[in-house]
Amino acid sequence: MNGVSTCARRGDADGGWPVVAGSGLCRVWADYSPFPPAERMRGIFRCLTFPLIMPPRNGSLCRVTDFMRCIRRSGQWAVLSAVALLLAACGEGAWNDPYPHGESAQNIYYSSFSLRPKHLDPARSYSSNEIVFTGQIYEPPLQYHYLKRPYALIPLAASAVPEPWFEDAQGHRLPADAPEEQIAHSVYEIHIQPGIHYQPHPAFAQDAAGQPLYANLDTVALERIDTLSDFAESGSRELVAADYVYQIKRLAHPKLHSPIYGLMAEYIVGLRAFAKTLNTALDAQQGGGHLDLTRFDLSGVELVDRYTYRIRVNGLYPQFIYWLAMPFFAPVPPEVDAFYAQPGLQAKNISLDWYPVGTGPYMLSINNPNRQMVMERNPNFHGETYPGEGEPGDREAGLLRDAGKPIPFIDKVVYSLEKESIPAWNKFLQGYYDASGIASDSFDQAIQVSSQGEAALTDDMRKKGIQLVTGVATSLFYMGFNMTDPVVGGNAERARKLRRAISIAIDYEEFISIFQNGRGIPAQGPLPPGIFGYVEGEQGINPYVYDWVDGRPQRKPISEARRLLAEAGYPNGRDAKTGKPLIIHLDTTGAGPDDKARMDWMRKQFAKIDLQLVVRATDYNRFQEKMRKGTAQLFQWGWNADYPDPENFFFLLYGPNAKVGKNGENAANYESPEFDRLFQRMKNLPNGPERLAVINEMVDIVRRDAPWVWGMNPKQFSLFHSWYHNVKPNFMANNTLKYRRIDPELRAQLRAEWNKPVVWPLALIAVLLVLGIVPAALMYRRKLHAQGIARVPYREND
Amino acid sequence: MLAYILRRSLYAIPILIGVNLLTFWLFFVVNSPDDMARMQLGAKRVTPEAIERWKVDQGYDKPLLYNAEAGGVDKFTNTIFFDKSVSLFVFDFGTADDGRDIGYDIRQRMWPSLMLAIPVFVIGLLVTITFALLMAFFRATYVDYAGVVLCVILMSISALFYIIGGQYLISKLMHLVPISGYDGGLSAFKFLILPVAIGIISGIGAGSRWYRTIFLEEVNKDYVRTARAKGLPERVVLFKHVLKNAMIPILTGVVVTIPMLFMGSLITESFFGIPGLGSYTIDAIRAQDFGIVRAMVFLGSVLYILGLLLTDLSYTLVDPRVRLS
Repeated sequence: MNGVSTCARRGDADGGWPVVAGSGLCRVWADYSPFPPAERMRGIFRCLTFPLIMPPRNGSLCRVTDFMRCIRRSGQWAVLSAVALLLAACGEGAWNDPYPHGESAQNIYYSSFSLRPKHLDPARSYSSNEIVFTGQIYEPPLQYHYLKRPYALIPLAASAVPEPWFEDAQGHRLPADAPEEQIAHSVYEIHIQPGIHYQPHPAFAQDAAGQPLYANLDTVALERIDTLSDFAESGSRELVAADYVYQIKRLAHPKLHSPIYGLMAEYIVGLRAFAKTLNTALDAQQGGGHLDLTRFDLSGVELVDRYTYRIRVNGLYPQFIYWLAMPFFAPVPPEVDAFYAQPGLQAKNISLDWYPVGTGPYMLSINNPNRQMVMERNPNFHGETYPGEGEPGDREAGLLRDAGKPIPFIDKVVYSLEKESIPAWNKFLQGYYDASGIASDSFDQAIQVSSQGEAALTDDMRKKGIQLVTGVATSLFYMGFNMTDPVVGGNAERARKLRRAISIAIDYEEFISIFQNGRGIPAQGPLPPGIFGYVEGEQGINPYVYDWVDGRPQRKPISEARRLLAEAGYPNGRDAKTGKPLIIHLDTTGAGPDDKARMDWMRKQFAKIDLQLVVRATDYNRFQEKMRKGTAQLFQWGWNADYPDPENFFFLLYGPNAKVGKNGENAANYESPEFDRLFQRMKNLPNGPERLAVINEMVDIVRRDAPWVWGMNPKQFSLFHSWYHNVKPNFMANNTLKYRRIDPELRAQLRAEWNKPVVWPLALIAVLLVLGIVPAALMYRRKLHAQGIARVPYREND
Repeated sequence: MLAYILRRSLYAIPILIGVNLLTFWLFFVVNSPDDMARMQLGAKRVTPEAIERWKVDQGYDKPLLYNAEAGGVDKFTNTIFFDKSVSLFVFDFGTADDGRDIGYDIRQRMWPSLMLAIPVFVIGLLVTITFALLMAFFRATYVDYAGVVLCVILMSISALFYIIGGQYLISKLMHLVPISGYDGGLSAFKFLILPVAIGIISGIGAGSRWYRTIFLEEVNKDYVRTARAKGLPERVVLFKHVLKNAMIPILTGVVVTIPMLFMGSLITESFFGIPGLGSYTIDAIRAQDFGIVRAMVFLGSVLYILGLLLTDLSYTLVDPRVRLS
């Protein structure tokens, strides 16, 4: 190892290829520098590659012996460099720690996302994977109480939950108990708390003259900008009511395609006309550019003073109050909209859709939806305290231990993209994620179900201190009959009996056990638990499908289904008139291997009453088309609650909302004048005995008519580590992160304990390699001896 | 040679138009602009009015390929196909349906893909050729037999098994590297070492068998016999003479893949959480995002054509008898 490398020496001597003088490879190997200068790298590259791919200069090649020596030495170099790099990369912490060294003991929450969010603009964002972020950043006027059940609205940015007042068609104020037919408008007046400030953002930065610093970015300035953090200056300002008004106007912006525009245009006075005005303005503004919405008035939304605004809603729509707890109604400052509209920023993916600006407890500091999204504590957050009351049992569960303390507790939130469930699950077990759901393939590893059907953690999970929380989601997965279908549809008693027979035959208890690992409860009607009107126990069962036996619901026997089928005109599954077997067609989008097992199971359910089920699997687009045209016969569908009101489920069965011809959400195209009349009454009633009576009547009607096989309400299982506190499922609130608390020291300690590197297998592999190489080397020598050329020197130009 | 490159480049234009047309046709056989709108606007509360507005805004309100209502050249140019295709030829990929700039995303995502693909390609090639030469050197000995058996075993195992098995052994049981994730700079090393190792090992079987066959074909030729007769050591015969002469078939398979390294690896990147281009196209197909699909197919076609051109050029480097005309 002394002196100059063979390759370098030869290169210098015969001019075979240029080697930088004094930068021989051996010097690189001699000092084992892991980061050789570029020249040295080039030398290595030449030595490795030129003999392989380049024709010889001066009619000669690098000596093969030299080359082999180069290979050996560069191999040594590569191994040592790799070890050095590995050690440098691993640092002092656990080798498998995916986060930067030193973060382990910080107050950071780690989680994952599997699907990158598409929109973070509050006018567009509607998916659950988007609201995880927008919910922490934006502050609509209201929010849901974290602990109380049933779900209760409380103020967030507003100073109080607004009580609407009513007006007649002439604009005269009506008493609170005015008859519904007199009410032309409901008016919501919202007062915003003063003193709330936005997160730091370059759109608020101002120069010495008080003018926006980044309002007119030129191409030179844009060249230096790649992300929002490249702006040197930022600023803030106070939240005002005008920002809320501005955002409501944005819901009608033709370029934003807000998913709730269609619904809100029905209710917010003047919103539809406002959208037309904007359309016209955009057409007139040829060439695009920013459309300043402050120039246009929206008649139904009125700015009263700096902290107060009013929303005028057509007629009675009590559910409107729930929309005020969603990011759709969060504030957007006009100057932020103008800032993002500057040419050039969009091409760098810098837009409100990717860099939200809010007043909430967190702000998005890194937005790389292909890898990681990071939220940090908003230094301008106005402050809130942890709730001091909850529902019975919360205190015993330790959920009130932090009552009255300022929130948020966590400083930083890191979401990493995990497309596959297996790595995500293993990282949770290693302590690199603080909480996790349970995928089907990991279920048995995490949960054991007792003979009574009770789910509990396995011993391995308990040893790690992992805890389980479960909750029935405010969701419904059902199987719908197309009520326009001549066989299964219609309101004739024959069709009702056929649908009820099928409802009895499909054993959802078994379905939940086999395909959901017990994560769900059979639905008894359109309302899931947690929604006003849901009744538990014997009173709550669907009497057309269940009997109450020994204190629990029991599915009616198949003989009952057969009897109903015979009464429907299909004894033994055959048409009594023609003798032909009855064939039911199920339209579904599921065509994968997992779906096949489900469909086979479903065929068996129908076969129990001698019906033939034909599964028509198709792609999502064709399925949607069939639903719109009403050509499906039987289909599977689901619904997640937007807000905790029975109207949000009953409207799925409301006649005027039919999918066919009306493009509504009533996928079964169910129409019952009786039900529709009760729906109209129920939706405007406050929660109370009167409303409950109407709801019970409505539930009875749809149970009798059976337009759906009621299916199941999914049960959510969540796991979290012992260092993660204040976890309570809340299916309505989307800003729950501020209540959660981490014990970083405990996490660091347990991570280190769980992730000690195990290196002996590497040594074993090395030994095995040597054991394999030695006989081969001996054989090589023998072979050369046999050829008699082992010691014959190889000469140049041989 | 310049004329040859120019001619091949001109040939590429009709190929790219054809590929673009085929992509367009296949995409719109399965998805209509209405379907795309519904996918983007979400499943809940979508009105026909909103769908129409989305189509107008995104430029999907025009006829697909032929505009019967337009006059003159506009019959072909005032169409979705023309609007969405022409800009591709100046590598302006436009925006995805969610508003993100596609060119920006490709530029961001290609680096992690390259960080994974280049080491796998270079080290994998060196290891595979070396292993194949060793098998050829030790032909008809236990080393050769063991090597072939090992290759067959390695070939028989699915790539997914290597990934899951590697993650289980190295990351979960031995705690040596992170199971998944990615970071920039030097920190990327600890995330890449396992996927690179798995990429190399999973490719050894098929590659070594193929190169061994090539080398064995060469070692029986007359010039090798001559070299041996001159008393050259076997390693010199193999590394100097056989390897050089076996370069043409090796290059045929190897050089064409070099530009494709940009496109990334779908499964490896998904399992290891590497934010590359591997899943970009698949995600776009699932999301019915035609903008990304056409951009990635176009880019793939350009790179493939480039790979074929490079292959031809590389022949002239390793075999002086080859002349491009």
